[in-house]
Amino acid sequence: MTLDRIRIGFLPLVDAGVPILAHELGLAEEEGLSIELVRDMTWATVRDRLLYGHSDAAHLVAPLAIATSLGRGRPPASLSVPFVLGLNGNAVTLAPDLADAVVPGRGLGDPRAAGIRLAQAARARRERGARVRIGVVHRYSSHNYMLRYWLAECGLRPDEDIEIVTISPPFAADALAAGEVDGICVGEPWNSVAVERGAGRIVLVTAQIWRRGVEKVLALRTRRMEEAPDLVDRLIRALHRAAARFADPALADIHASILARPAYLDGSADMIRRAISDRILLGRGTEPVHIPDFMFQYRQGANFPWVSQAAWLYSQMVRWDKSAFSEADAERARRVFRPDVYRRALAGTGAPLPGASSKLEGAIDGELGAGSVQGRLLLGTDLFFDGRAFDPDHIADYLRALPG
Amino acid sequence: MRIAIIDEKAGRASIIQEGLVEAGLTDSVVVTERTGLLARLEAIGPEVVLIDLENPGRDVLEEYFAVSRALARPIAMFVDQSDEESTAAAIDAGVSAYIVDGLAKSRIKPILDLAVRRFQAFSKLQRELHEARSALAERAVIDRAKAILMARRRIDEPAAYALLRSHAMRSNRRIAEVAEAIVTAETLMGGEG
Repeated sequence: MTLDRIRIGFLPLVDAGVPILAHELGLAEEEGLSIELVRDMTWATVRDRLLYGHSDAAHLVAPLAIATSLGRGRPPASLSVPFVLGLNGNAVTLAPDLADAVVPGRGLGDPRAAGIRLAQAARARRERGARVRIGVVHRYSSHNYMLRYWLAECGLRPDEDIEIVTISPPFAADALAAGEVDGICVGEPWNSVAVERGAGRIVLVTAQIWRRGVEKVLALRTRRMEEAPDLVDRLIRALHRAAARFADPALADIHASILARPAYLDGSADMIRRAISDRILLGRGTEPVHIPDFMFQYRQGANFPWVSQAAWLYSQMVRWDKSAFSEADAERARRVFRPDVYRRALAGTGAPLPGASSKLEGAIDGELGAGSVQGRLLLGTDLFFDGRAFDPDHIADYLRALPG
Repeated sequence: MRIAIIDEKAGRASIIQEGLVEAGLTDSVVVTERTGLLARLEAIGPEVVLIDLENPGRDVLEEYFAVSRALARPIAMFVDQSDEESTAAAIDAGVSAYIVDGLAKSRIKPILDLAVRRFQAFSKLQRELHEARSALAERAVIDRAKAILMARRRIDEPAAYALLRSHAMRSNRRIAEVAEAIVTAETLMGGEG
């Protein structure tokens, strides 16, 4: 049997694990696919390779798929997201002195208390004529939006009181160690790299800001996706099975050793295993602590592209680009996420398929059965730390109620 | 028109700069260091930025263009969508560009085309150099392997080479690979290699 080749761009991050495992565990091959993984160092390169056909699909920060479709900072090019590669998995790592001021204990901070202390530290630094600098991986990244959501709620004005700069993930730990920034918000293993070098301490994880925050997605050019529905369906089935394996704790050692290889993350298998297992070393010389739902790659419909998640990302894009809300743009942003393609690909498999495509985000505290067209779907706690809920049909009202 | 060329490979950057000069575009600046990139760029104030596709500074640069008020806002290349072909050619060659929004296409296209040609010429040069280097290295390994065989088996040079070649054919490997295995084994056995 000849295999159909499909090239997938990625950055060296633990949450690139699902496509990597689909290839390495032979799951793509079972669907008649041969995945070729194309590694890059910046999101701009991953995006350009995708747009100009060097890759067929990409591991991408979710907001960048939307920003590209809306034409922010470049001519618009329509991308589609039929599969979410994972939720959360990022952390905020601060230089040791700042970390001690923000979270005095050795553990993880309480989001509100830590945010208020960070705001105080930032204002004190401003009075001395300097600013606290925090690196995020891209302007259009969930990291940027989570960090800003957190700090704004804690009384800090992200564009005035601190300086938020861009650093691609592979350079984040270096930048913190070199003192170019006072903190980083990045995915694993780069926080752990910084911690083990003694360059910083993890004070917060993004799962504490939004328990079910959408993170990396599988993005394709819309035209390419529509031209090859069969290929796309097979890829989604392979990724779905890879995500199930990825979330199996008994296989964490094997997966970590695969991801650690030079062609992929080219890093420490031990660090990667900790991230996969939700066990994070917060500071050098301490024991790893278990952080429930640190990375959320599979259960509870984690891979389903909820249109409401795309809408939330659009709301934050309006908020921080300081642009006007537009119903037409909101609709274009929603259409980037393609639950219809997800359902089509996984129909007839055991995967639970939600009946709805959109939901109230941040409204579930506990566990809740949800309506499904196939299988049994259970959704877990998805709260934002400030208790606000997001109604995707009332974005403008939501924006008016948010600080700053 | 002022053009900034950002490339960590100084050789490639100067090849592009030469090309621009030949085309009558004498106002260009090369930046090869990663640190202080934004400050340099702000001082240069370019209308066109040429940067290699895989440059680690690209995300940083895009953020800068999005928020900077020091520069008129350049946007991610690619002239406009009506020119997919030349954009694709640029990406294939490994070059990307940022251009101040609104700059006339007729002025930009020649620059982009030139950069593409120069990038291609540079990678061809590198490939040839790499091939030449590995050919030289292979020849040295084969000579060493022949010397080992001549000493161990007390045979002359043509016989040693014939031995190498027949073994390579039987094991479906290249002569250089067989030679390397012999040299490695000899070194491990305590010989001089």
